[in-house]
Amino acid sequence: MTISMSTPDFLIERDRDRCIKCQVCVRQCANEAHFWDEEEQKVKANDALCVDCHRCVTYCPTHALTIRKYPLEFRENANWTASTIKAIYRQAETGGILLTGMGNDRPYPIFWDHLLLNASQVTNPSIDPLREPMELKTFLGRKPDQLKVEDGRLVEEIPPQLELEVPIMFSAMSYGSISLNAIKSLAAAAERVGIMYNTGEGGLHKDLYKYGKNTIVQVASGRFGVHPEYLQAGAAIEIKIGQGAKPGIGGHLPGEKVGLEVSQTRMIPEGTDAISPAPHHDIYSIEDLSQLIYSLKEATQYQKPVSVKIAAVHNIAAIASGIARAGADIIAIDGFRGGTGAAPLRTRDNVGIPIELALAAVDSRLREEGIRNQVSLVVGGSIRNSADVVKAIALGADAVYIATAALISLGCHLCQKCNTGKCNWGIATQNPQLVKRLNPEIGAERAANLIMAWEHEIKELLGGMGINAVESLRGNRLMLRGVGLSDRELNILGVLPAGE
Amino acid sequence: MSVLEAKGVYYKALNEQIRAQFASGISEVRVKHVNGQRYVGDGIRGRQRLILEGTPGNDMAAYMDGLELIVEGNAQDAMANTMNDGKIVVYGHAGDTVGYAMRGGEIYIRDHVGYRVGIHMKEYMDKIPAIIIGGRGGEFFGEYMAGGVLMLLGLGLEEGEPIVGSYCGTGMHGGVMYIRGEVEEYKLGKEVKIVELTPEDEEKIRYYVSEYVRYFGGDVNEIFAKPFNKLIPYNKRPYGNLYCHW
Repeated sequence: MTISMSTPDFLIERDRDRCIKCQVCVRQCANEAHFWDEEEQKVKANDALCVDCHRCVTYCPTHALTIRKYPLEFRENANWTASTIKAIYRQAETGGILLTGMGNDRPYPIFWDHLLLNASQVTNPSIDPLREPMELKTFLGRKPDQLKVEDGRLVEEIPPQLELEVPIMFSAMSYGSISLNAIKSLAAAAERVGIMYNTGEGGLHKDLYKYGKNTIVQVASGRFGVHPEYLQAGAAIEIKIGQGAKPGIGGHLPGEKVGLEVSQTRMIPEGTDAISPAPHHDIYSIEDLSQLIYSLKEATQYQKPVSVKIAAVHNIAAIASGIARAGADIIAIDGFRGGTGAAPLRTRDNVGIPIELALAAVDSRLREEGIRNQVSLVVGGSIRNSADVVKAIALGADAVYIATAALISLGCHLCQKCNTGKCNWGIATQNPQLVKRLNPEIGAERAANLIMAWEHEIKELLGGMGINAVESLRGNRLMLRGVGLSDRELNILGVLPAGE
Repeated sequence: MSVLEAKGVYYKALNEQIRAQFASGISEVRVKHVNGQRYVGDGIRGRQRLILEGTPGNDMAAYMDGLELIVEGNAQDAMANTMNDGKIVVYGHAGDTVGYAMRGGEIYIRDHVGYRVGIHMKEYMDKIPAIIIGGRGGEFFGEYMAGGVLMLLGLGLEEGEPIVGSYCGTGMHGGVMYIRGEVEEYKLGKEVKIVELTPEDEEKIRYYVSEYVRYFGGDVNEIFAKPFNKLIPYNKRPYGNLYCHW
């Protein structure tokens, strides 16, 4: 056997004075980075197996553990970084496509951090949301071109709408990519705060049908778990064309993650790979997309809005225009920082465009074409906090999708190892011993807390701008100013530089 | 049985009428002069019978769950998309992507079919879908196939006319194909191999062929006189070793 040239990414430091040899770390680590040495009667570590998920650190009763970046350095080289070299070692050993989890972690510009919000001073006084009404209610779906009123009553037929108490939804994560307890947490939280969660392409587990009015059911190229009852079960249907973490490629849930319940929910045999082809093979054009949209509308008697989810890519504005004209009620756009349960590293880190630019381009284009009312825009792909939400809405979004932030609220530590199925926090795993670690009631409370906290913050920011309804912020780019951006970037974003 | 007239009726209205008939308890509906109306039978659940005279449009029987649907004419593209259960009998040809991700039920097509037929068909427990085609199939036949039965009988082909196109079964990782006649090696997807029939296979083929003959006529023994080739995937997990964890 040849020797592996891979060296550890992290160093586990154990304070021997503090360690009481309770072995909690050994039991908590699914990666088996900690082990008990019977001979020496000591807890030891295999650094190479550590993923820096902080599970052991959090559970160590005496705070004896610290995880550090492994100090071993290659000779300094701005071009050949350690991760570039290590990737080659890994591929030379295995011949495999590098597979990773979560979103793009490369240092590309984050445009949210170059946008600043306005506030009222002297004129147009600010509003105190604690003592004055503040409206965040959001309706997603096609809005009519005009409103017909007869005898003071609205007679225009309004197409089906999704009603949200806060313009935030939990974006698609399938049962299979995340655990049932993680989904239960999000579903219950969505119900509690009046928003939606999304099934992803994993079907709908029998325990989740009761959350139907807070559910968006997804239809993707593999059609897993899609049947008439499923289509009827949710408040809306989403066609998944692409996702930000892996635009242009399909999905692949490995057989190891297809246990009994995942198999029942996806309606495929246990242990088989669930392969979602890269394209929908019945969609090669906007007309074909329209056909799938209307087949779903027909199958649900036009009772539910149909969303189309795409990854933010170069020609996004024209694509979105086509989707609006194809009959979608909602377009969900996922930026290049969007997370995933598994994606090829090179795709995750190099394909797609930032959601901020995609959103601005799409909103502008739909307005120019006079069809902005025909669709609602939902954006995701790294909405990290309530300020990002407010900026997204000011750029033109109707609502945002969050997933990474939602998982962090459940305990995710962003170790980016979702693909291994060994999530020590019980989130991205199907191992029953690990799944048990996430209590869905506590999870629901934490995820609901996050949304309620953001709701308060959004109201504060709106009030500060002198706005008392989120509707007045939508596409209101005058509430934004750019810093550190080129003229061209400001142009695309449609915002003025700070000071102007 | 009730009779509906489809001439000049937009698909949305036609499908509403069909649904209303079934909802009122009628168990058999015949529709005359169907001419390109899309989405007929989509998402309908139940064991009723629907007979279409003419040429229904694309996406017929999508998500259908139990219906018996008879087409007295040709069917178009994307028929039986994600069909869950039921039976479709087509007295003519069908277009591309018949039975995309179909999970249950049986489809009998008298003549030929287009490209990507049976793509991503799957099976689950007692749900084993089957598509039986009297004539030939196009390219990418059974692409990504994950379960179920695909059968090509090659009836009525001219001398030297190919029974199936290239990339047959590419990406296949479950299910079985029975093709009555020779398939050149170069046409097979790299995930597929040809194996000997077992007695169980013969029994299965005999069932489907008898059904075919019951609908469209012909002689079971004559059909059996020409040998069937059985195609199955090499591996249930063709991409199991493609990745390494970063």
